[in-house]
Amino acid sequence: MAKHILIDPVTRIEGHAKISIYLDDSGNVSDAEFHVVEFRGFEKFCEGRPYSEMPGICGRICGICPVSHLLASARAGDAIMAVAIPPTADKLRRLMNLGQLIQSHALSFFHLSSPDFLLGWDTPPQTRNVFGLIAANPELARAGIRLRQFGQEVIEILGGKKIHPAWAVPGGVRSSLSEQGRARILNWLPEANATTNTALELFKRVLDTHEREVKIFGNFPSLFMGLVAPDGSWEHHGGKVRFVDSSRNVIADQLEPRDYAQYIGEAVHSFSYLKSPYYRPLGDSEGMYRVGPLARLNVCDRMGTPRADKELRHFRSLGHGAVTSSFLYHYARLIELVACLEQIEQYMADPEILGGDLRADAGINQLDGVGVSEAPRGTLFHHYTVDGSGIVQRVNLIIATGQNNLAMNRTVAQIARHYLHDNQITEPLLNRVEAGIRCYDPCLSCSTHAAGQMPLQVRLVGPGGEVLSETSRD
Amino acid sequence: MCAKTLTIDGNEVSAADDATILDAATEAGIKIPTLCHLEGVYDIGACRLCLVEAVGIPKLLPACTTKVVEGMNVRTDTERIRKYRRINLELLFAERNHVCSVCVSNNHCELQTLAYNHGMDHVRYDYLFPKWAVDTTHPRYGMDHNRCILCTRCVRVCWHVEGAGTLNTAGRGARSQIIADLIQPWGEADSCTSCGKCVMACPTGALFQRGATVGEMEHDREKLEFIITAREKKQWIP
Repeated sequence: MAKHILIDPVTRIEGHAKISIYLDDSGNVSDAEFHVVEFRGFEKFCEGRPYSEMPGICGRICGICPVSHLLASARAGDAIMAVAIPPTADKLRRLMNLGQLIQSHALSFFHLSSPDFLLGWDTPPQTRNVFGLIAANPELARAGIRLRQFGQEVIEILGGKKIHPAWAVPGGVRSSLSEQGRARILNWLPEANATTNTALELFKRVLDTHEREVKIFGNFPSLFMGLVAPDGSWEHHGGKVRFVDSSRNVIADQLEPRDYAQYIGEAVHSFSYLKSPYYRPLGDSEGMYRVGPLARLNVCDRMGTPRADKELRHFRSLGHGAVTSSFLYHYARLIELVACLEQIEQYMADPEILGGDLRADAGINQLDGVGVSEAPRGTLFHHYTVDGSGIVQRVNLIIATGQNNLAMNRTVAQIARHYLHDNQITEPLLNRVEAGIRCYDPCLSCSTHAAGQMPLQVRLVGPGGEVLSETSRD
Repeated sequence: MCAKTLTIDGNEVSAADDATILDAATEAGIKIPTLCHLEGVYDIGACRLCLVEAVGIPKLLPACTTKVVEGMNVRTDTERIRKYRRINLELLFAERNHVCSVCVSNNHCELQTLAYNHGMDHVRYDYLFPKWAVDTTHPRYGMDHNRCILCTRCVRVCWHVEGAGTLNTAGRGARSQIIADLIQPWGEADSCTSCGKCVMACPTGALFQRGATVGEMEHDREKLEFIITAREKKQWIP
């Protein structure tokens, strides 16, 4: 008899979600759905506001990655003004995005995901969290929390506050980097580098003992999408879009972000408020692609900085063509941390970073503006249509977590196939399904354009929709 | 002109014959909260933030439009007054869409400062969430009816300081709105001299420099004071 297992909610991710696992008549997993049950309405209530207010409003989509929305929104504003922003402003925006990537990646790795593989999969959920990590390895936990703090400080030094700085604006940024700010970042870099190296060494040891997870945590062929620089190197702000397939063949390159609607379709499913984007030329069944750290490392030719490039070579050896295991999102995240720190070091040595020419001025020159930026979880698009006086008429946001929606469904199904036995909802199954989702570091507040902590609920539903069994965990 | 003597909050105060309670209190260094009052233009007593008690008179009086009376005993800060001021503030917030965190005047807003000062940590009335448009048709300024409290400071400076008479009010009650010329988009109002005094006068984020982002709009009250002092006293004091 066909059954339906529901995990609700999923914990240690950013937002509210639940998971359904569908079983066929013989008790095998037939499908899985990751439901996002929040609705935010940003795309609707921003209509009627001046485009100049959009970065400030859209930053409020998320408390984890407000900077990503701020920057993508400011870039959409640049496009409406049709300006090239001053070079210092561009470098400062990039610097803030690097701070954002560092703080979010540190949060994902140390606070949210590392308890799973450092404390052990089957440690009770009450202790398998950052507090358990603090008890088991206080030094590592402290270093991780400090690394996140470093990223947050970079954001605060530039934008005046850690969360929701309204600092990037259409045309540039509002304030410059001070000499003291630069000195503070420079002083903190050695500690941040040391923590990242420790985490990398640690994760490589984890890989030696987690072959099973690498094989079954979302290991399947898919496309990958991310921004690359004109020379094909790793890019996080600016740049153009590239798609590669699971053999790392480039299938589309240097695509203009403003033409996103030509290559990204958005499927809507009744089971989730999260839209499911797909690569349009291949359709929604074949066009599944992944974004985020794993995708960015798969699409780029090189990282562009020496230590990160060295790690990238090792990373490449873990796949045939592209690295296709979503468990290795964690490794990709750590390599990006290395690259971010190296790039920050370069910016600190650049005299232009202290410049004072920060904001271009212009009227409304385009009625359509698309802004793209690499958020920690993947490529983020903001698309605004305005009227002649700059009042927003239409908003479309394509969020990283949404683009991983199809891949997350596939990951849950793959894990459930390995861990679901006799139609019994077991702790090991729950733990691993949640951990599989966590590889993507999904941010649901963002992707449905809500917040909080969740208990876990699983339901088995029969073919007629009747609930056969139910279990829940707070 | 003979002076009048009165008591404000227990202090013996003297005031000019035609002074208001607000004038007398300000002269004596006693602060009464105001919102629609603006130095240099006449008062209309619209916001009811400056309500005071006068002993012997059962109703509350607006300090900005009530003339002093010989021997009057005024109280500016009692439990009853604080209660009514807070009610007035809450009603102002409930009437339109005042979203401070994303407002151009965040941290530079008289309404927000008054709410902080009166401990307004929540609003007890249902928000109306009206649908109001933002007019950014003017090449330099924007008008956001969502943030407007209808104090009409902008209308009064436009008519009585600049003399342009562009801005006005239309409609009734909560549906009243500030209009330009014959209810036209501001950018099409021929009478507007783009002087910007209305923007300087606005206490909230309702009038702003076009392109201003969150918290960037600081109303330049000093410039307005300079103009008004120059007009009224023939003194050009920067």
